[in-house]
Amino acid sequence: MLVSRHLTKSFGRLRALDDVGVSMERGQSVLLIGPNGSGKTTFIKCVLGLVIPDKGELTLDGTCLLDNPTLRRNIGYMPQIGRFPDHLKVGQIIEMMREIRRGTHIRSDEDLIDAFEIGKLAHKTARTLSGGMRQKLSACLAFLFDPEILILDEPTAGLDPLAAEILKEKVRAERAKNKLILLTSHILSDLDEITSDVLYLIDGRIRFYRPIAELFEEHGDPKLGRVIAKIMRETADA
Amino acid sequence: MLKIVKYVIRDIIRSRIIIAYALILLAASFGLFNLGGDVSKGLIGMLSLVLLVVPLVCLIFGTIHFYNSYEFIELLASQPLKRGTILMGEYLGVALALCGALLLGAGLPVLLYAATATGFTLLAVGLALTLIFVAIAFLGAVATRDKARGVGMAMLVWFYFALLHGGLMLLILFAFEDYPLEKPTMAMIALNPIDLGRVVVLLQMDVSALMGYTGALMKDLLGTTTGIASAAGILTLWLLIPLALACWIFRKKDL
Repeated sequence: MLVSRHLTKSFGRLRALDDVGVSMERGQSVLLIGPNGSGKTTFIKCVLGLVIPDKGELTLDGTCLLDNPTLRRNIGYMPQIGRFPDHLKVGQIIEMMREIRRGTHIRSDEDLIDAFEIGKLAHKTARTLSGGMRQKLSACLAFLFDPEILILDEPTAGLDPLAAEILKEKVRAERAKNKLILLTSHILSDLDEITSDVLYLIDGRIRFYRPIAELFEEHGDPKLGRVIAKIMRETADA
Repeated sequence: MLKIVKYVIRDIIRSRIIIAYALILLAASFGLFNLGGDVSKGLIGMLSLVLLVVPLVCLIFGTIHFYNSYEFIELLASQPLKRGTILMGEYLGVALALCGALLLGAGLPVLLYAATATGFTLLAVGLALTLIFVAIAFLGAVATRDKARGVGMAMLVWFYFALLHGGLMLLILFAFEDYPLEKPTMAMIALNPIDLGRVVVLLQMDVSALMGYTGALMKDLLGTTTGIASAAGILTLWLLIPLALACWIFRKKDL
């Protein structure tokens, strides 16, 4: 469904992405991991059209994503840091997104708005929201238009345990509806239960891209954090 | 695009800075009209106020607004919207809000004290400068990633157009006073939107002969109507070129 070929992007001298080729299908939940600066966010931003790659191509069901902004109607994005116009109220922000997206989607999904009780925040201005509340609002907006692909950048960072559980449950439910989920996280133990595949990037290159079950089996350890630490150590030794 | 404009304006109005801008303009304008005694003196005072303050506020406010909206622009860019639509939405929101503040702060006093062709020309020049300097602010902000540098550049731009350009022009005029300088002078005026605005209002005031070299020159060379028309044409270029450049850069920018 989502395919990248030879995707390359440099920022000055830094190679953020170097010849990245992956193929992701509906029903997968791909966890992007790697050290800081390994290209995770750059990859996500390329898919979203926020960063324009130097070389390579990105296609969604065979159609080029870079030339077709309207294809982004199929993608829901929850950024790492959600910031909204300071003086708009939460209710207005949601209303604005609905207006912008009018006619681009078939159905709305308000599960998270209800689950996070965003209605209670409707009259707060964006400036007064705490980090966690912003994350909740970002999550609601990402799911609101029932997209086929969900891109969540550090989704649980800043969320309280209850909200994180609600979000994970939602991700699980959406994946069951045969959607593609793309996640990044620094805290590996946090998301392994909703991950089907792990894409490990180092210095903009793919170190491996494998089903999580296979990794667990190979290393005889059901904790993703430990498995990754082991692999990193092996890489460092070699 | 209009949907974005609507919410940008709503956000700006609630920030209250723009209301403070309108009120300060209002107070200063009433002061100028009441202290000066006669209307034309008031208008000259207003002219200086508009030519100095409007570009400064537009540059600083436009630049800071763009940087503060960065994450939100990123979110908009991840939606099925074209980059050009997003930038124009943000631009029109800021520019129209500032135009509104100017109409309130300077328009109301002009309407009350000097509802003449000159008064309205002054307002039109103020509005044109608002559109132009917000466009220049956006160009600077789109081209520079760093906020401190962007704001610094905006202030330098203001310093150049409001103060330095005139000084340089005088310097050149003095240095080459033995030569015919009509055409080069005109070209130098065209290179500064603030000067152009001043010339338009002064031509309209019909005191251009008393208002120094540039006014007399312009009147002599072009006559009032052609002078104003060509100045308006060049001002339009001052709006369209920065805006088009900003769009062009923004379309290829990595957010």
